[in-house]
Amino acid sequence: MLNIAICIIAIPFVALVVHTFLSARMPRRGDWFATGAVFLSLGLACWLFVQMLFSPTPIYINFHIDWLNLGSRIIPAGILLDHLTIVMLVVVTLVSALVYLFSIGYMHGDVRYGRYFSYLLLFTTSMLGLVLANNLLVLYIFWELVGLSSYLLIGHWFERDTAAKAALKAFIVTRIGDVGMFFGILRIYFHLGTFDYEAIFQAVANGTLSGNIRVLAGLGIFFGAMGKSAQFPLHVWLPDAMEGPTPISALIHAATMVAAGVYLVGRMFLIFDPTVLLIIAYIGCFTALFAATIAVVMDDMKKVLAYSTISQLGYMMLGLGVGGYVAGLFHLTTHASFKALLFLGSGSVIHALGTQSMREMGGLRKKMPVTTVTFLIGTLAIVGCPFFAGFYSKDAIIGAALAFGLHHPQHLALFLVSVFTAGLTAFYMFRLFFKTFTGSPRDQEKFHHAHESPLVMTIPLVVLAFLAIVSGHGGWFQKYNPAPQLSTYEAQQVAEHASHVQPEASSSFAANRLVPAGTPVAEHGAEEIADEEELEHRAHLGAMVASTLFGAIGFFLAYLMFFKRRLSSAAIIQRFRAVYTLLSNKYYIDDFFHAVLVRTLHAVVWLVGVFDKYVIDGLVNFSGLATRFTSWLVGKFDNIAVDGAVNGTAWTTGILGEILSLSQTGRIRNYLLFIVLGIVTLVTVFVFIK
Amino acid sequence: MIDAHLLTLIVFLPILGMVMVLAIPGSQRQLIRITAAFFTFLVFVLSTYLFLVFDRSNVQMQFVEHYSWISQYNIWYYMGVDGLSVILIFLTGILCFIATFAAWNIEKAVKGYYAMYLLLVTGMLGVFCTLDFFLFYVFWEIMLLPMYFLIGIWGGPKREYAAIKFFIYTLVGSVLILLVILAFYFKTGSFDMLELIRERPFQATPVFEKVLFFALFIGFAIKIPVFPFHTWLPDAHVEAPTAISVILAGILLKMGGYGLLRISYPMLPGAAWDDGVRYFLAILGLVNIIYGALCAMAQTDFKRLVAYSSISHMGFVLLGIAVLNAEALNGAVFMMFSHGLSSAMLFLLVGVIYDRAHHRDLSRFGGLGTKMPIYLTLSIVGFFASLGLPGTSSFISEIMVFLGSYQVYLGITIAALLGIILTAAYILWTVERVYLGKLRPEFEGFSDCSGREIFTLVPLALLLILFGILPNIVLDVFRESMQYLIQIVTLQ
Repeated sequence: MLNIAICIIAIPFVALVVHTFLSARMPRRGDWFATGAVFLSLGLACWLFVQMLFSPTPIYINFHIDWLNLGSRIIPAGILLDHLTIVMLVVVTLVSALVYLFSIGYMHGDVRYGRYFSYLLLFTTSMLGLVLANNLLVLYIFWELVGLSSYLLIGHWFERDTAAKAALKAFIVTRIGDVGMFFGILRIYFHLGTFDYEAIFQAVANGTLSGNIRVLAGLGIFFGAMGKSAQFPLHVWLPDAMEGPTPISALIHAATMVAAGVYLVGRMFLIFDPTVLLIIAYIGCFTALFAATIAVVMDDMKKVLAYSTISQLGYMMLGLGVGGYVAGLFHLTTHASFKALLFLGSGSVIHALGTQSMREMGGLRKKMPVTTVTFLIGTLAIVGCPFFAGFYSKDAIIGAALAFGLHHPQHLALFLVSVFTAGLTAFYMFRLFFKTFTGSPRDQEKFHHAHESPLVMTIPLVVLAFLAIVSGHGGWFQKYNPAPQLSTYEAQQVAEHASHVQPEASSSFAANRLVPAGTPVAEHGAEEIADEEELEHRAHLGAMVASTLFGAIGFFLAYLMFFKRRLSSAAIIQRFRAVYTLLSNKYYIDDFFHAVLVRTLHAVVWLVGVFDKYVIDGLVNFSGLATRFTSWLVGKFDNIAVDGAVNGTAWTTGILGEILSLSQTGRIRNYLLFIVLGIVTLVTVFVFIK
Repeated sequence: MIDAHLLTLIVFLPILGMVMVLAIPGSQRQLIRITAAFFTFLVFVLSTYLFLVFDRSNVQMQFVEHYSWISQYNIWYYMGVDGLSVILIFLTGILCFIATFAAWNIEKAVKGYYAMYLLLVTGMLGVFCTLDFFLFYVFWEIMLLPMYFLIGIWGGPKREYAAIKFFIYTLVGSVLILLVILAFYFKTGSFDMLELIRERPFQATPVFEKVLFFALFIGFAIKIPVFPFHTWLPDAHVEAPTAISVILAGILLKMGGYGLLRISYPMLPGAAWDDGVRYFLAILGLVNIIYGALCAMAQTDFKRLVAYSSISHMGFVLLGIAVLNAEALNGAVFMMFSHGLSSAMLFLLVGVIYDRAHHRDLSRFGGLGTKMPIYLTLSIVGFFASLGLPGTSSFISEIMVFLGSYQVYLGITIAALLGIILTAAYILWTVERVYLGKLRPEFEGFSDCSGREIFTLVPLALLLILFGILPNIVLDVFRESMQYLIQIVTLQ
C-alpha cells in the first residue's frame, strides 16, 4: 500500500522531469503524456480508496527515512497514509486529471502550451507531496512549492500586466501567511525538537505542548492556513488570481490548493486549543459572510466564483473552528467537486464567448446544453439544495455551528451568520446562473459565435456533475474519517483509560475539541456523550430547516430579479447606491493595503536607498575625498614649505653671494683697507675681552 | 601519490596554467581560452575528488603537507583541510571552471585576462588550504592584486573608481588582519594556526582579546561584507565583467565567513563566546538581512540589485555564526555554499541580458520571457533559489539558521523572518519588471540563451535543486568539523 502511495507521487514527478526537458520534442507538446501520467496516479489513488472502503481496520501507515541532518538531530521525511490522506489523494488526482483533460481543449493553440503542462505537473506533484507529508517541515516545503506553481500559472499569460501583478500579489500575500506558519513550526521545533505530526499530537496529549506555547504555535499555523485559504484579511490575492487560465482557477484556486489551508487545520486539528479554535471559527464565519456580500455585486463571472470560493473556505474554517472536524473536511471534499465543476463550466462559457463579463452573456442554454445542465447541477450543489452534495456537507457545518451555539449561547452569532450567508449564496449563485444561461443574449455578436465545447471539455463537466450529486450521500466521509482523538495518542501512555474511550466515529461533536489539553476524554461520562449526541441531532435538524429556508429565499429573490424580472436590480442598486459602491469596491480593502502597506514600503525603500547612497557611501567617498584633499594639502605644503625652505636656502645663499660678490672689486687698495679694518677690529675685540 | 600532495596540486595548477597562458602568443585567443578552461577543469576535477575522498567523520586536518620554508622566522609551508575548507574548495572548483566560460566573449587582452584570472584562482584556493598564518597572508594578498586589475582593466565605464575603492577597502582589512597576525606571532613566536588554536594565547587578557577580535572582525567584515562596510561591493560588481562578478560573489565573499570560522572564533574564543559580542554580531546579521533587502528593492540597476541581495544573504551567514549552535552554524556554512551557487547564477543571468541589451536599467526591461523561454525558465530557478524556495539548497540553509537562532535570539529571529517577505518582494518585483509584461519592441530581435550560456547556467540550476532535495551530500562534509569548532569555542 505504501508502494502505491509512493507511485502516486512518483509518477507525476517523473513525468514533470521528462516533460520539462523533452516537451518540445513530444507530439502535441506532451499534453497527452502529462494527462496520461495523472490519470495513472488517479487510478492508483482510486485503488487505495477502494482498499480503504473495504479494509476491516483503519489504514494507518507512517513511513519515513532520514533526510536532513541538522547537526543536533536528524529530521526524517516521510509519508503518512491514513484515511484523510487517501481522500485527499483522490480529490487532488481526480480534479487534476479532469482539469488536464479540459485544458487540452481550453488551452488549444496557446503560445506556451507545453510549458503550461509542465507547470501543471509541478503543481500536481507538489500538491500530492503536501497531502502525503508526515511532518510539518516536509509539508511546508510542498506548501511553498504549490505556491510557486500557483504563481507561475496565474502569470501564465504574463504579457498582460494584470496577470503579472496578480501572480506577484498572490505569492507575496500567501508568503506573509507562510511566515506566520513558519514561526509556528519553529516554536514547535524549539519546544519538542520534532516536526512529526504523531510526536506533536503525543506532546499535546501528554501536556508537553500546552498553554501559551500551544496557543502561539496554533495561531502561527493557522496564519499560514489563512494565507493559502484566502481568509480575511489575507484573501486579497484570490480574486486577482483569476487572471490565470480558467482551468487553473478550477484546479488550484478552487478545488485543491486553496483548500490546503483547510486541510492543514484539519490535519493539525489536535494542536489547536479552544481559544485558537474559536478564533478560527470567527475568522471563518466572518470571511464566509464578507466574501458572499461581495459576490452579490460582481459582474465578472470568475470573480463571482472566486468570492464564492473564499466564502465556502470560510465555511470550512467555521466548521473546523466549532469542532466540526468531519463537517469542515467533508465540505472540502464535496466543494472540490462542485466548485471545480462551476469553474470549468465558466471556462466552457468563456471559451465559447471570449468574455467573462456577465453583461455580455445571456441565453446560453440554447447554445450550450451540456454546460448549462452541468452548471445548474453545480449551482444546486453549492447552494445546498437537498440531495445534492453541498446540502449534506454545508448542513453538517451549520449544524455544528448551531450545536456549538446551543452549548455556548454567547457564540450563537456563528450560526446566525452562517445561515444568512447560505441565503446570500443561493442569491448570488442563481444570479450568476440566470444572467448567464437564461433570458436573451445581451451581446448578439458574441452569442452568434458561441458553440458547445468539444468532448475533452464536456466530459470533465459531466463527471464532476455526477460527483456533485453523489459525493455527499451515504455518510461515507464520516464513517471513514472520524475526528482525531487526543486519546488515541494518549492511549499509548495511559492504556487503562483507553478502554473507556471509544467515541462514536460519526459524532463530530463528541470530539474532545473543547476539552483542555491533557484532560482525557474518558472524564466525560457516557451519559454526557449521549446527551451531546441528542443535542447535535436536534441541532442538525434545525440547521437543515433554517439553511434550506434561507436558501429558498435567496433563490426566490434571484428568480424574481434575474429570471422573471419582476424586481428591477437597477432600481435596487439605485436605492442602495452607497452599499453597492462599497461592495463593488470590495470594501476598499485592496486600496487600503495599497495605500498603507505598499506605499509605506516604497517610502521606506526609497529612504534606505538614499541613506545608503548618500550617507553610507557618502561617508566612504568623503573619506576618500578627505584623504585626497589632505594629500593635496600635504603636497602643497611639501611643495611650498618644505621644498620652499630648501629652495629658499639656496636662493638666499645665491642672493647673499650676489651681494657679497660686490665686494670683490679686484682692486688691491680696497682689499688692503678690508685687511686693516679687520686687524683693527680683532685687536679691539681682544683688548676688550682681556 | 596524488593524495600526498593533492592540496599543492590543486593550489598551484592554476599558476602552471598561468605560465602556459603567458607562453602562448597573444593573438591565439581561442587557444588561450582553451588552455585556461583546461586548467580550471583540472582544478574542478581534483576538487571534486577531494570532496569525494575526504573523510567526513574525522575532525582532524586531512591531506596535510608540512615542510619548513623560512626556518629562521619559524615559517612553514603548511597545508591541510577540514570540512569547511573542503566545501569551499569544491565551490571554488565549480565556479572557477564555469566562470572561465562566462568570460569567453572577452576580446580585450585575452592573454592578460586569463593570466590574472588563473593567479586569482590560486590565491583563493591557497587561502582555503593553508594552515600557516604567514602563508595565509601571502595568499590573501595574491587574491587581492589580480582582482584589482581584473576590475580596473576589463571593467565597465567607472571601473577605475570601483577598482580603487575595492583595493583600498580590502587593503584596510588586510592591514588589520596583518596586525593581528603579528600580535599572535610576537606573543607566541609561531605562525602555526593549529598551534594557536590549541594555545589560545590571549585567553588570559580578555580585553586585549576583544580588541584583537574586533580588529580581525573588521578585516573580515569588509569581505563579507557587513553593514556599514558594504558599499564597495555594489560598485565592484557593477563595474566588474560577468565572470569576475561570479567569482566575487561566489567565492570572495566567503573569505570573510571562512576567516571568522578558521581564525577569529577558534583562536579568540573568549571574545567570540562573549554574550555581548555574540549579540552584537547577531544584530549586525539582522541589519544586513533587512537593510540589504531594502536597498536591493531601491536599486534601478539590475546588477546592483543582485549585489545588494548578496549583502542580505550574507546576513544569514553572520547571524548563524553569531548564534553558533549546531543548526545555525551548519546552516551558515551551507548558506555560504548555496549562496555561492545561487549568486553566481544570478550574475550569469544578468550577464546574459547585458550582453544583448548593453544596459542594466530595470525600468527599461520588460517582457523578455516571451522572446527567451529558456532564459525565463533558468531565471525562475535562479531567482527562486535566491528567494529561498523549498526544493533549493538556499531554503535548507535558511531554515537551519532560523531553527538555530530561534533557540537563542527570539526577537532577532522574528525580525529576520520578516526579512524573507522583503526578499520575496524584491525578487518577484524584479522578475516582473524584467521578464513579465509586454515585450518591448527593442527586444524583438533578441535570441534565447546560447549553448555556452546554457552550459554555464544549467549545472548551477541542477546543483541548487539537487542539494535542496538531498542536503546531506553537502552537510555531511562539514558537520563534524563544525561540531568540533563549537566544542573549541564553547570550551572556556
